[in-house]
Amino acid sequence: MSLRTPTPSVFRPKRPIDQSVLSQSRGLLDGINRRGVLRGAISLGALTLLTGCDVTEEEPVQKVLRAVSSWNDGVQATLFRPNHLAPTFSAAQVVKPPRFNAHFDVEDVKPVDGTSWKLELAGRIGDRRPWTAQQLYGLPEQEIIIRHVCVEGWDYVGQWSGPNLRNFFQRIGADLTAKYVYFHCADDYTESIDMETALHPQTILATRYANDIITDPFGYPLRLRTSTKLGYKNAKWIRAIEVTNTFTETFWSKQGFNWFAGI
Amino acid sequence: MSAPPVKSLARKERHLHPPVLRIMHWTNAVAIFIMIGSGWKIYDDDVIFGWLHFPDFLTIGKWAQHGLQWHFFGMWIFVLNGFAYLAYGIATGRFRRKLFPISARDILATVGDTLRFRLGHDDLTHYNAVQKILYLGVILIGILIVISGLALWKPVQFSELASLFGSFQNIRLVHFLCMSAIVGFLLVHIALALLVPKSLVAMITGGPFVAGAPDAAGAPAKIKATP
Repeated sequence: MSLRTPTPSVFRPKRPIDQSVLSQSRGLLDGINRRGVLRGAISLGALTLLTGCDVTEEEPVQKVLRAVSSWNDGVQATLFRPNHLAPTFSAAQVVKPPRFNAHFDVEDVKPVDGTSWKLELAGRIGDRRPWTAQQLYGLPEQEIIIRHVCVEGWDYVGQWSGPNLRNFFQRIGADLTAKYVYFHCADDYTESIDMETALHPQTILATRYANDIITDPFGYPLRLRTSTKLGYKNAKWIRAIEVTNTFTETFWSKQGFNWFAGI
Repeated sequence: MSAPPVKSLARKERHLHPPVLRIMHWTNAVAIFIMIGSGWKIYDDDVIFGWLHFPDFLTIGKWAQHGLQWHFFGMWIFVLNGFAYLAYGIATGRFRRKLFPISARDILATVGDTLRFRLGHDDLTHYNAVQKILYLGVILIGILIVISGLALWKPVQFSELASLFGSFQNIRLVHFLCMSAIVGFLLVHIALALLVPKSLVAMITGGPFVAGAPDAAGAPAKIKATP
């Protein structure tokens, strides 16, 4: 078998290329050399290797990382299955009491006075009259025994009950086509969820844990429990619910945690 | 005409590691570096083993949220580049040629050579049985770490997948063990690359020229065009 020499390409120019442009731009071309590009690329790579000198909090780096985090919000919204139920567990698997976690220690919990407390309603809601705890206890309750997943990595099974949020929204004439639901809390905590999650069948306004009224450290008198979000989205000590189309950063998203935080 | 012209044109000399492969290799190196460093930061927030805590200078990100930001940024690079690499390795036949077949006799022979410090590295174009197993193994671990990562990220949306692991903490453990295996692989991989510098240089410059189009679909390995 013999190799044939390649035939000259029909695209090969008949006359040689005019080289004058090269000599005219000699200075510029000398500036762009392979070594320079390589050196630049290697320095950039080496920068990421210097973990001792952390680049994470530098403004341009945070800009990129937060932009990717926002992009991931959109990806998670796409992955969200509105009617897909989270696994549920038996009452025997429930951890009592639930695990405490907040942006302060358990000793620093400031209990909410349930007798004077009222749930305020704001934003795109038809009937914004406030609700007392007793009125809320009068609503039909839904119980969910679901896994709580913390962004830190731990999890436990909890048994929560209270009014279903979708039913509550229908009762108060909330705009179910609005984008966000904000929970403003007694501890100056604000978290928000997307409307799709608010309307998920396993999203409730919890008033009870393992059949008893929720105790102070865990959000008395009212907290959110949804099966499809990380722990920090489940606002405790809720004092107001706001339905809105306007996005504002929340307690943890301001600090760089992912806003959507779906599981 | 003794051979179809297209084929004869393709039979020119090519680098052992074509440019696209080198780009994917170093992209993966950066992605793995980000994933491990940020993963250690995330791990430290709630350790699996009480005796194991990664020192801050080995982790990426100042606080946990920054570790998470880096991890969920790096995952795109790792997964997209990984898909490209798998597609390339399968479509061009590179995996089939370089990683198979693996025979028990070859493994024993290679292990024997290794123990007697007689392992040859002269031929970069050919992997010994231990290399084949390590490379194949780390590819499979890479797939498992992505699957367990998906289950960790979305234990509810992908509850069918997550349930295969038994419990949420099991998913973390699998993800952690995959990381440990990759770190173990990297220690060997980097140590050998430094001991046999030409293998490292080959992954930068492309390495020796090999006959034929080594990564063209269906091209037989190491067949030189004979006159």
